[in-house]
Parts: sequence; structure tokens; C-alpha cells
Amino acid sequence: MNSLRRRAAAVTGMSMLLAVGLAACSSGEPEGSESPGPGDSGDEAVSYDITFLPKNLGNPYFDASDNAGKAAVESFGGTYKEVGPTEAAPDAQVTFINTLSQQGVGAIVLSANDPAALCDALAQAKEAGVHVLTFDSDVNPECREMYVAASNTELIGQKQIDIIAEEIGGSGQIAILSASANATNQNAWIEVMKEYLASDYPDIELVEVVYGDDDDQTSYDKTEALLSQYPDLKGIIAPTTVGIAAAARYLSTSEFKGQVMLTGLGTPNDMRDFVKDGTVLEFALWNPKDLGILAAWAAKALIDGDITGAEGETFTAEGLSSEVTEFTIGADGIVVLGDPFVFTADNIDDFDF
Amino acid sequence: MSAVTAPERTFRRRVADLIKRRETSVVVAIVLVVALATSVNSSFAFGRDGWRNLLLTPSLLVVLAVAQAVVIISKNIDLSVSAVLGLTAYATGEMFTAWPSLPIPVVVVVAIAFGSGLGAVNGLLVSRARVPSLVITLGTLYIFRGLGIAWVGSAHIKPSDVPDSFERIGIASVLGVPVLTMVAIVVVIVAAFVLGSTRPGRELYAIGSNEEAADLYGLRVQRRVFFSFVASGTLAGLAGVMYAARYVMVDSQAGSGLELQSVAGAVVGGVAITGGSGTVIGAALGAVLLTTISRALPIVGVPDFWQQALVGALIIAAIVLDRVLANRHARRLVQEREPNVEPAEVAR
Amino acid sequence: MSSTLIDERTAPTAPATGTRWRRLLFGRDAAIIALLAVVWLVALFAVPHFNSPSTLYYLLEDIFPVLLIALPMTMVVITGEIDLSVGSMVGLGSVVVGALVQGGMPFGTAAAVALAVGAVGGALNGYLVTKVGLPSLAVTIGTLALFRGLAVSILGNRSVTGFPQEWKDLAQSRMFGSGTALPSIIWLFVILAVVFVTLLHFTPTGRATYAIGMNDEAARFSGINSDRLKLGLFAATGAISALAGIWFVLYYNTARGDNATGLELSVVAAVLVGGVSIFGGKGGLPGVIAGVLLIGALRSALRLADVSSDAINVATGVLLVVTVIVPSLVLWLGRVRKALILGVRVRSGAPGAPHREEEL
Repeated sequence: MNSLRRRAAAVTGMSMLLAVGLAACSSGEPEGSESPGPGDSGDEAVSYDITFLPKNLGNPYFDASDNAGKAAVESFGGTYKEVGPTEAAPDAQVTFINTLSQQGVGAIVLSANDPAALCDALAQAKEAGVHVLTFDSDVNPECREMYVAASNTELIGQKQIDIIAEEIGGSGQIAILSASANATNQNAWIEVMKEYLASDYPDIELVEVVYGDDDDQTSYDKTEALLSQYPDLKGIIAPTTVGIAAAARYLSTSEFKGQVMLTGLGTPNDMRDFVKDGTVLEFALWNPKDLGILAAWAAKALIDGDITGAEGETFTAEGLSSEVTEFTIGADGIVVLGDPFVFTADNIDDFDF
Repeated sequence: MSAVTAPERTFRRRVADLIKRRETSVVVAIVLVVALATSVNSSFAFGRDGWRNLLLTPSLLVVLAVAQAVVIISKNIDLSVSAVLGLTAYATGEMFTAWPSLPIPVVVVVAIAFGSGLGAVNGLLVSRARVPSLVITLGTLYIFRGLGIAWVGSAHIKPSDVPDSFERIGIASVLGVPVLTMVAIVVVIVAAFVLGSTRPGRELYAIGSNEEAADLYGLRVQRRVFFSFVASGTLAGLAGVMYAARYVMVDSQAGSGLELQSVAGAVVGGVAITGGSGTVIGAALGAVLLTTISRALPIVGVPDFWQQALVGALIIAAIVLDRVLANRHARRLVQEREPNVEPAEVAR
Repeated sequence: MSSTLIDERTAPTAPATGTRWRRLLFGRDAAIIALLAVVWLVALFAVPHFNSPSTLYYLLEDIFPVLLIALPMTMVVITGEIDLSVGSMVGLGSVVVGALVQGGMPFGTAAAVALAVGAVGGALNGYLVTKVGLPSLAVTIGTLALFRGLAVSILGNRSVTGFPQEWKDLAQSRMFGSGTALPSIIWLFVILAVVFVTLLHFTPTGRATYAIGMNDEAARFSGINSDRLKLGLFAATGAISALAGIWFVLYYNTARGDNATGLELSVVAAVLVGGVSIFGGKGGLPGVIAGVLLIGALRSALRLADVSSDAINVATGVLLVVTVIVPSLVLWLGRVRKALILGVRVRSGAPGAPHREEEL
């Protein structure tokens, strides 16, 4: 009896601790939870409850885009939230999508880790009345209402090939350091790169595509492995901001600096030191802040019911650095932000993201 | 009863003993792997980067494997070392960001002390609560890691946050030997001395062999166990500082998965998971072997994601081997004692 | 491999019905169920959207692999062993299914192969523990790495997505139509739970399990085939982990090498929170099932409160640590109180204080 009572006392104590802890956790609840039931955006046209779900958290590229998105959402009176996994994996995103369905948010702005894996969860979200649009990295078109693309896929892929080809003199071995193996956007660009190489640069050989999983240490170690495995390597393309930063960091302290050329998609803040010290000559990107802003306004337009994602529809977005305000939706529900921009040592100090 | 004669400690005998030791096999394995990889691509060992990386990359895991060995020898396990590493690596970066004028040695000492504190938490829970260290450190692995993520959030330490002199430590070499490698070597030497030649160290072996006997004999088991975890936390903290110096980019996932590799390194190097035997030198060599294998795999053409399967296979092979050898040894002892009796199934 | 120390606990005999009911109502199991109720009530008030019918659906689906694996794992822990490789086996099972389906095999056959792989892997664990005589902690740490490594190696970094809709519906649909609370797949758990509860609590095999956990050598001497039982339990754990891997693929629509990484933490936590002693010989399934639901409710509430997934892992870790140290803490407090009364110094590790040799 004594031990039973002791056990009961212990468990009661634990339960009180847990209850207090739970209450404490949830009392710090952020905005976005006042909607009475699963998203009925019909009669709540003024409540723009928008959640950004990037590939993973802790990625400076998404920090830039999502913070700009946040400013945009708050500028038109909406409530903003950002959730995401720590690893860029599709099944992790499924859990978040499910939670967002339960919470009945107004719209999910998603950068997908896989084109097909998320479709079931997204279908359930749409059933719960949540608007679904993708940005940066798409899913299969039937699973979402709209896709806000950073730039034209062909253009992005070809630009990087053009840069590296010029830097290595038109011939030699190159490799690609990508993000995660299923990422829709990177895979689309890599496909374009392979076709472009076959058609326009027959003297350049793509020896391997390695995957850094958008993780810094993995990308760093993969760069090291590439360099030791292919002694004749002349160039590396890293179409991922995490990958190019890690590769640049490795190259700048290695004996191959200046001999193996590096380009890809990077943010000016991460790459500034490496452009200045000559590890990287040129790299490309667009303004991720603009991407976030455009996605936020697109979500607003969807919630308002102004657009449905059909071709030819137009909507407005304010606050972009290009000062464009009217956007037209193209085929397959895709709206394009603009053209990629090339950063060099001359212009890199003009930017802060 | 026949007298047991002590074998003569001739030079031949000593060499034979040396060859039979696990550490020697590991050294041979390392040499073989390096030779194989170098034959495919000579810059693996002889290129400027290659030589540097050969010595530099294992240094982190060596320190972690030594930390793990200290704990395993006393028949415990510390699964939280990777989380401690991540936390101290980030703390190092944060200190540089928040107080840029702090001298580097101060930052290093504070970070290591942080690791010791975390180790003390483990030590307290294991030694006082009489709960298997497996369960405790499984819990603290996730608690420390989660607290780290709550602290770090989506931020990360960038190269621009850290003073250049600190960054240089990560890749600098003195006389061809990278600084971090020298740190690792010093750690191994000190740990080997403490465990092999001091009383507290030898008591750890005793506790690992038979805790009740050690307790009855009067050894202060709780104290030793507590300090063994403080030691592993301290070393994990040092590994965190080394991580920050080498990789510079520290985010919330720093060090993930290294706890398993540290156990693998120790086990492969001859530290028995059942406690009471093995050396930190063996653990260090095991860590070197594992790192070198995973670096050599891509060279030889094996996709590097086979590395994890290899780690698992090596752990199992090592513990099976330990078991088989222990059985054989015990049987031989029984036979020496009673040469005319059939050695029965050795008690497990 | 287990200690031979006699300690305060008495050998298990089937108690009279009266005491059994008493134990049910006031024992550890009841405490966990009460805790579960408390957490649920607090969540209902404190966490928005917790009261929708979808909550239960998502909760059960999220915790489903733990529900399945906790069943055989309970028996493994009761015999005094442990299996840390379950998460990796879920991953391996899912990858086997994914790779085979991608290669053109029909889903049902691929699932059967995955189950076989699970059984073989579990049997490997069992063989190394029983026949070779290795400690289960060490073995399953090794197989944790080995199975995960095989999983990652089979698919590389790719994921396989896109599985037949009829199979996916099996895992994802709700029992009474959309918008209701129960996932259809819950019947699978109910069947397995009935099997295991019967096995553990109402058959000689179950009593043998407890006997082995209390004192392995004594059990052997009384004729129990400890090796065979343990081997069978490890094989069952492997097979059911692979089954969870099949479900994983259907629910998340992704077969990936790193599926279910870290799942073993939740399973071990659920089993220990549910009252099973890590030293073996004590505990029961009702408590464990309540423990799993408790963890599931906690995770669901925290997710809805927008707590990050890693903070949720912290909560699980804290729960685990607190659960295992509370009994020791309570014992220690009791000793302190007694010592204060007697005016004697307390040494919590005093020789002669009965405790089991710590099994690694």
C-alpha cells in the first residue's frame, strides 16, 4: 500500500508538471488561432492566415524569402507563420501540412522537397478549405493551385552552364553539387543542364551529380570527396545556396582554389568573401525577398477569391524591388518573378541578402 | 593440481603479444585502407590537401571515441556526446559573435566547461538514480539536442562571425601536422596515461568488470562513474570547439549521428561493450580507421552511403570477435587449471 | 546474463481475482491512464483546434508505428533485453517496399518480402543475443547502424514516391468516412493488441516471459526454453517493425532511407512510461498502450500549439528521463526520511542495498 501511494503521488506530481508545462507551452501561442473552425475562408475574407512552409528551416535563402513574405503579409493585415522541418525531407513536410490542415489556416505557401510525395496531404488540406500554392520548388500541378517560380527553369539551368563553360574555357570535366535528391527545382535545372550540355557544349563532360541535402557539413564533405575522386575536375556547379557556400568554403582553403572553378546559385552575403578572394568569379540568383513577397500577395489573391490559378488571370503585388506590380499567370498555374541576376565582384556590395 | 608457470617475458613473447593485440590489427587495417585508396588516386595520401585531410578529418572522431571509451570501460554508455558537441560548437560561435573582444583561449575554456557541465548532468543521473546509462543518455541526447535547437532556432554561425585566427586553427599545420590532430594526439596520450597508470583510471576498469565486487571492495563507484561522465562531457565539449574551428558553419544539426560513430570507433578499437577492457589508444585507432574508410570509399568507387552499413557491420563483427576470443580465453584458462577435465560450456 | 541477486520483489504468482482488480484500479497502469486523461483535458482547453475530430485521426496515424512496435517490444524488455534497431528496421522495410515497387513488383508481394526481411533481421538480433551470447544493447546498436545503412544504401539519396491508391487508402482512410475520427488502419493494431495481450497475460508463454525477466537461469532450470522464446520475440519485433515500415510508405507516400530515424526513442519511452521495468520482469501491456497514447496526445497537442518537432523530441526525452528516475527519487526520499527519523547517515549506494546488476 505504501509503495502504491508513493507511486500515485509520484505520478500525480508528474502529471501536474506536465500539465503546467503544456499550459506554459501553449500560452505562448502566436497569432493565427482565432478562427473558430477549419478554414472557412468564404465568410472570413479579411483574415489572411498565411503560413510559409519552406524545404527546411535554418536555410539563409528561405530566411530571406520568408521574412520578406512576413513583412508583405503584415502589410496587408494578415497573420504570418513559418513552420518547417530541420531536414529537407518530404515526409517531414507531410506532418506539417497535416497540422496546418487541422489548424485550418487560410493558405499554405510551400517549397516542396518532392513533386509527388506531398500530394495526398495537400489534397486533405484542400478538403479542409486551405489554399495551397507553391513557391521556389513545385509539386505536380494537379496538387496545388499556383506555382510562384523564381525564374524560367530553362534560363536558370542554361545560365549556370554558360558561366562555368566560360570560366573553364569550353572543355573539361565538371560536376554538380545539388541539394536533396528529390528536390523538384534542382532536378528540373539539372535536366536542362544536361540537355544544354549535350546540344551546345559537347566538349564538357559532366562526371557526377552529388547531393549535399541542403546541409552544410554534407555539402562540405561531398566537395572534398569530389576533388579527391576526380583529379582532372575543372568546374563545379552548385545550384543551391547552401551547397555553393559550403563548396566555396572548402575550395578557398584548398590547393585547388583558382584551379577548379565554382559557380551556381548563391546569396551575396554568403558569397561576398569568396568572390573577393577569387574563389568564385560569378554566380547567379534572383532576389529571394521578391520571391517571398510575390508568394504572399499571390496567397492573398487566392484567399480573396480574385484568382483561381487559371491561365491568364492577373493579380497585384506591392513592394518588389523591380517595382513591377501586375503579374499574369501562365500555363499550368505558373507565375514567374523575373530573370536570374549574375553577381560579380563589381556589383556584390550593392546587395544585402 | 599442476602449477601454473608464468610465461617467460622474452622479447619474442612480447612481440607475439603485441601482434595479438587488437590495436595492432587496427593499425594494419588502416595502412591497408590508405594503401588501397592511394593506389587508385595518389593524391589521397600524397597530395597537399590529401595528406592534410588524412590527418585532420579523423581528429574530431578520435576525441569523441576517447570520450566514449572512458564511459564504456566502466560499463556505461554515453549516447548524448553528439548533442553536447553540437551545443558547445554553437556556444563557441555565439561567444565570438556576442563578445568579439574575448580572447580565444577564454572562449575555448568556457565552451569546454559547458561540456563538462552537461556531462555532470548525465553523471548525476546515472550514478544517483541507479538507472542504466543507456536510458538516461538516450533521453539526454534528445533533451540536449532539442534544447540546442530551441536556442539556435534557424540561425547558424557563419564564417564572418568567427575571428580569422580561430578559423585558421581549423586548418593550420605545424611541421606538416595539423593543429587539431595534435590536440587529438595530446588527448589520447593524457587519457591513456590516466586510465592505464593512475588509480582512478584503473578503478574504472574494475568497476566495469564487476561493479558489485568493486563496491564491496570499497571503491567509490558512484564518484568514479560521475567523473567518468564529466570526462566524456568535457571531451565532447573539446570536440565541439574543434568542430567550430574546422567546419565554422554551425547550425542546429551539428554533429548529428556522431554518437553512433563514437561507439563504433571505440568498439572496433577493442573496447568491450561489456566493460572492463580495452584501451583509449585502441578507441582512437578505431576512430581513425572508420573515418579513413568512409573517406576512401568514394575513391575506390563505392558510393559513400554504404558507409553507415559498414559501420554497423564493423560494430557487430567487433563484438562477435570479442566474444569469441573471450570464450576461447576463458576455456583455455579452465584447461590450464584442470588439464584433465573437459571444459564445460563457459558461463555467460 | 541477468543477475542472480534476490531482491525485494517476490516471484510472480497469479494473484487472486480481488487483488487483480485492485491492482488494475490503483496500480501503475491506472496512474498512466489518469495522466493521459489529464493531458487530454488540459490540451482540450489550452490548445486551439484540439477538439476537432481530425485531431484523433492525425494523432493515431502519427503514433501508429509506435503503437505497433510497442507490443512486441514490451515483451522483449520484460525478458530483460532491449531492441534499439526498430527504427532502422522500419526504414529498411519501407525502402525494400519502395525499391521493389519501383522495380515493377506488385505492392502486395513487395510488402510480403519486406515482412520477411524484418523477420530475418529480427532473427539476426535474436541469434546474436541467444546463441552467441552478446548483450542485446550492443547487438542492437550495431544492427541499428547496419539496417539503417542498408536502407540508405539500397535507395541512395533518392526517395520512391507514388504507390497504388488502393493500398494508400488502406493506411490513410478514415473508418466512418471523411471528417470522422478513427483511421481505418486502427483495426490492424486492435488485432495485434488482442494477440499480444492474450499471449503475455493469459498464456504460459507470457508467464515464461516474466520468469525469464525475473531470473533467467532459474527459468532455464525450470524447463523454460529461454533461447527460443527470446529468438521468437526478436524476430517478431523485426517483422512488426517492417510492417510499420510498410504502413509508413503508404501514409507518407515516401520510401526513403532515413524514414523513421529516431523512432526507437519513442518506442522505448512509451514502454518505460507504461510501467515496464528496464531490468525486466515487471510491467504489462495495458500500461504500455496507455503510455503510447500519452506520448501521442502530448505530441499532437504540442504540434497544434506550433511547437517545433525537435522540441517535441525534447518533451519525449524529458518524459523518458523523469519516468525512470522518479521511482529512484521516491525511494531515495523515503530512505532520507527514514534516516532522518533514525538519525543515521544515508548512503544511497550502500552495500547490501538490494539492486539488480545493471544490464547494459
